[in-house]
Amino acid sequence: MTVARGLNPAGRCDRILLVQAQFDSELDSAQTARLQAHRATCADCQAAERELTALRTLIVPNELYRPVHGAVRQRLAATLAAAQRRPVRGLVELQTEHRSARQAVFSWIRGWRQSALAFGAGVGCATVLAFLTLSPGEQTVIEQVIAGHVRALQPGHLEDIISTDHHAVKPWFDGRIDFSPPVKDLEHTGFPLEGGRLDYVAGRPVAALVYRRANHIINLFVWPRADDFSAEPEATERNGYGLLHWAQDGMEIWAVSDVDPVQLRRFVQSWRQSP
Amino acid sequence: MLPHLSAAHNLARWLMRDAEAAEDVLQDAMVRALTYFPSFKDINSRGWLLQIVRNTAYASMKLNRGVDLVAIGITEEGLTDFISALPSEDDDPEMSLIKSRDYRHLHHLISTLPVDLREALVLRELEELSYKEIAEITQSPIGTVMSRLWRARQNLVRAAATQGLCK
Repeated sequence: MTVARGLNPAGRCDRILLVQAQFDSELDSAQTARLQAHRATCADCQAAERELTALRTLIVPNELYRPVHGAVRQRLAATLAAAQRRPVRGLVELQTEHRSARQAVFSWIRGWRQSALAFGAGVGCATVLAFLTLSPGEQTVIEQVIAGHVRALQPGHLEDIISTDHHAVKPWFDGRIDFSPPVKDLEHTGFPLEGGRLDYVAGRPVAALVYRRANHIINLFVWPRADDFSAEPEATERNGYGLLHWAQDGMEIWAVSDVDPVQLRRFVQSWRQSP
Repeated sequence: MLPHLSAAHNLARWLMRDAEAAEDVLQDAMVRALTYFPSFKDINSRGWLLQIVRNTAYASMKLNRGVDLVAIGITEEGLTDFISALPSEDDDPEMSLIKSRDYRHLHHLISTLPVDLREALVLRELEELSYKEIAEITQSPIGTVMSRLWRARQNLVRAAATQGLCK
């Protein structure tokens, strides 16, 4: 057996990609066991594994890795400092970044001590503002929103009003809750409305709107804010659920789902843009 | 995000294959990341940043299409090395692979891979990302990632074995 022959894909066993997947630690134990049983009798797969092993001894990551060097880092710092001084993001936006912004700013400062002076003033402002606007109850709300989402997935708990018509769902909340939640139909963007129900989050009854994306349920929790604050969506991940949190039109809104984070972001984008 | 600066540079460097072009891409990508990072920082920030770097690099390559940024060829010195390093007939190909740990030659081999194979290989072998993460960054199905990775490795093994890239 030569490497050249072994590498010719023509007529090769179609499980060599699985051999590669196992080599890359991508298979679970059941898949690995099945593959091993097959490989015991398959010359192609045995050859594939030998080649992969040989190649890995050749590829020494440390020798090939191209880390960023001092001069590049310094020029980059200068560019970023200049970009910081430009009003890329308004002050209002900085104010809304809560907890994660604070962490980000800290890690930012840690990595950029040398250049911190250059935009120290800007970062300083952001840090102070982030401290002032930090909401201590946010962690609890995240937990409650996830609990609400998980509870809703239990049989029979998803909707109190089942309707794909937002003209039916919105009035249903009248008299059941002390505000009128924005109910939008997003059928045309691939997120059909399924219904709504009442839930209880952050110490108050809230409206939960149910949307669907293929087999995934997206719960949207909505309740009014005391002020007319608005904030851009901020993403969090917890227990495998993705969350996006924002404020608009005087409402505090949380979207939670196990759908792919990109889809969740798309959903939120469509929802926010929809009239 | 800044902890991933080296990862961003590594990817830019391997995609662009030219130090200056890579630095430009890195600068652009970091400014973009800085502009958008409030909303996305909790969703796998390394993957997100690498995706920005990749998109920036591709945009730059498209812009410079027709211009050969790549001056990576075999130097005269390298060529001598190549020839003197050709394996003898009875060399075991696997042994010749193991012997040929001169990373400059391997470097060249990886640089000459087609860009889609190269990025899969770099993300897997150097960043040690999972197939799923690579699929997200390259915006491709996992099956495509698997076959690109396989083809990248296949090209490397074949080139290393047939050209006998030993010292």
